[in-house]
Amino acid sequence: MRKEEHFARRLKVQDNINTDYVISGRYKFRIQDPKELSKHIFEDIDPEFASRVKKGDILVAGENFGCGSSREQAPQALKIAGFHAVVAKSFARIFYRNAFNLGMMLIESDTSFIDDGDTVEIDIDRGRLRDISKGLSFEIKPIPSVMKKLLEDGGVIEHFKKYGGFKFDE
Amino acid sequence: MGKTIAENILSNHCGLDVRAGDIAICDVDFCFGQDGTSSIIIDSFKKLGVNKVFDKEKFRMVIDHSAPSPNIGVSEIHKKMREFARDFDLGLYDIGCGVCHQIIPQHGHVTCGDLVLGADSHTCTYGAINVFSTGVGSTDLAITLACGKNWFRVPETIKVIVKGRLPAGVYSKDIILRIIKDIGANGATYKSIEFYGEAISALSVDARLTISNMAVEMGAKAGLMEADNNVLKWVAGRSKREPRPVRAGLGARYAAVKQYDISNLSPQVAKPHTVDNVSNVEELVSTKIDQAYLGTCTNGRLEDMEIAAKILKRNKVHPDVKFVIAPASREIFIEASKKGLIDIFIESGCVVVGPGCGPCVGTHNGVLADEEVAISTANRNFKGRMGNPNSFIYLASPATVAASAIKGKIADPREYRKRL
Repeated sequence: MRKEEHFARRLKVQDNINTDYVISGRYKFRIQDPKELSKHIFEDIDPEFASRVKKGDILVAGENFGCGSSREQAPQALKIAGFHAVVAKSFARIFYRNAFNLGMMLIESDTSFIDDGDTVEIDIDRGRLRDISKGLSFEIKPIPSVMKKLLEDGGVIEHFKKYGGFKFDE
Repeated sequence: MGKTIAENILSNHCGLDVRAGDIAICDVDFCFGQDGTSSIIIDSFKKLGVNKVFDKEKFRMVIDHSAPSPNIGVSEIHKKMREFARDFDLGLYDIGCGVCHQIIPQHGHVTCGDLVLGADSHTCTYGAINVFSTGVGSTDLAITLACGKNWFRVPETIKVIVKGRLPAGVYSKDIILRIIKDIGANGATYKSIEFYGEAISALSVDARLTISNMAVEMGAKAGLMEADNNVLKWVAGRSKREPRPVRAGLGARYAAVKQYDISNLSPQVAKPHTVDNVSNVEELVSTKIDQAYLGTCTNGRLEDMEIAAKILKRNKVHPDVKFVIAPASREIFIEASKKGLIDIFIESGCVVVGPGCGPCVGTHNGVLADEEVAISTANRNFKGRMGNPNSFIYLASPATVAASAIKGKIADPREYRKRL
């Protein structure tokens, strides 16, 4: 069922992409409109990047994506910019929670061989990430059940409204 | 088998015996947001469809990141926070009160054994007073504001033991930079850190807060210390609530144990653009600087002001350097003033601005020009952090920053050791 093809978007910087880089404090402290904010993603490390993103793309990164500031504007701006998901070798914890809280999927996998512009297929059910352009396939680290539940419910706000609190099976 | 401090505090707050890896739904003792995160807290809270907060005494908002407002966009956010506080009868620390991580422990909102959430990544600061406190996003905070709870994955813990006696001119900031250099920006992700050892016990509570503050720079969820008599005295003078000190049990399981001896530690400096890119100050002493900054939730406390003043007294800030100082709270500002520190700063050529986060987060009060170099007592040196992606930020202790401001280049504060 859940098998979709996407274009990979990759920055020159790979590891430790912090949330200041995702959306600079220059903008996030004064702009409340998420659409306006999303035009400035990654401006400090790649000013042209935002204009290349198309709806349904996936962002590909290395280790510790989303470290630093707790700003929820970071996953919010990525989602509004059109990213379907972020695939990285690992994520920082506050960003990890924030993204799933907003109903945005994060996938942990080896990303070493995926280049900018590759066509990538995510197969959640089989736990595989395929780089169709290169004919390579990678294992996806299983998404924790709490995160899966939040995704299914469309984010933590919808989850809370549905159950009047937290409802996890564990 | 005994539990770590993190396992104990989370167990105490969910009513179950939870261990690393478990998911726990816990009661939260206190939560807060600041002006960079409260706008979305308010939006998310309203989307939840509840019409009251779980406990008015257990929530505060703080206007500190851009205080006073430098532009219309920020002013609108501040107005929105004030209106929300008024409509729901909530406590708000407005401009001039100080940096959230200073005023929340200082005003006694948290005490030993608490579980605390803040919509700010440096919420881990209160680990130094035996509080499991951690940063979350705005929507997570809004959920807690509505129901008083949140869910936690109980973290594994890294035990850090710091031995030895600090040499003159070397401080807790140097200890934590040294540890971050070793563990790395990603080395404690999802984990809690517990700090032990004679070097930690010898520190003042203020100096310990500097260490816990930077735990998140290694990805950690919390940076915890035991509550000794100094901590108990510190919280007793501030919080009305009974402290519930929590220790690790015998045989508690650790993911790793790290030992450091700081007896011969040099002053440490983090170089652009990552916090774990750390060198001994000796390797950087010729680096020219354009700006110095003393303040922030890391090093804006009274003893930080005192250290800088000792070095600056009867000295002048280098003519090519702009030295900006922001005490971390109104009370620190007043104390620094009473002790004559503010006079020393102004006479030496520093600019003292109101309590707040401004320069560290690049919102105002000292935005760098292209190619400019700053040395700061803050906790982050990411590209663009101080408002300009084409500038360079070095992080160091208040002593190193003050010494550098006089020399116009990165300087070794041990040159002033007779004053310290």
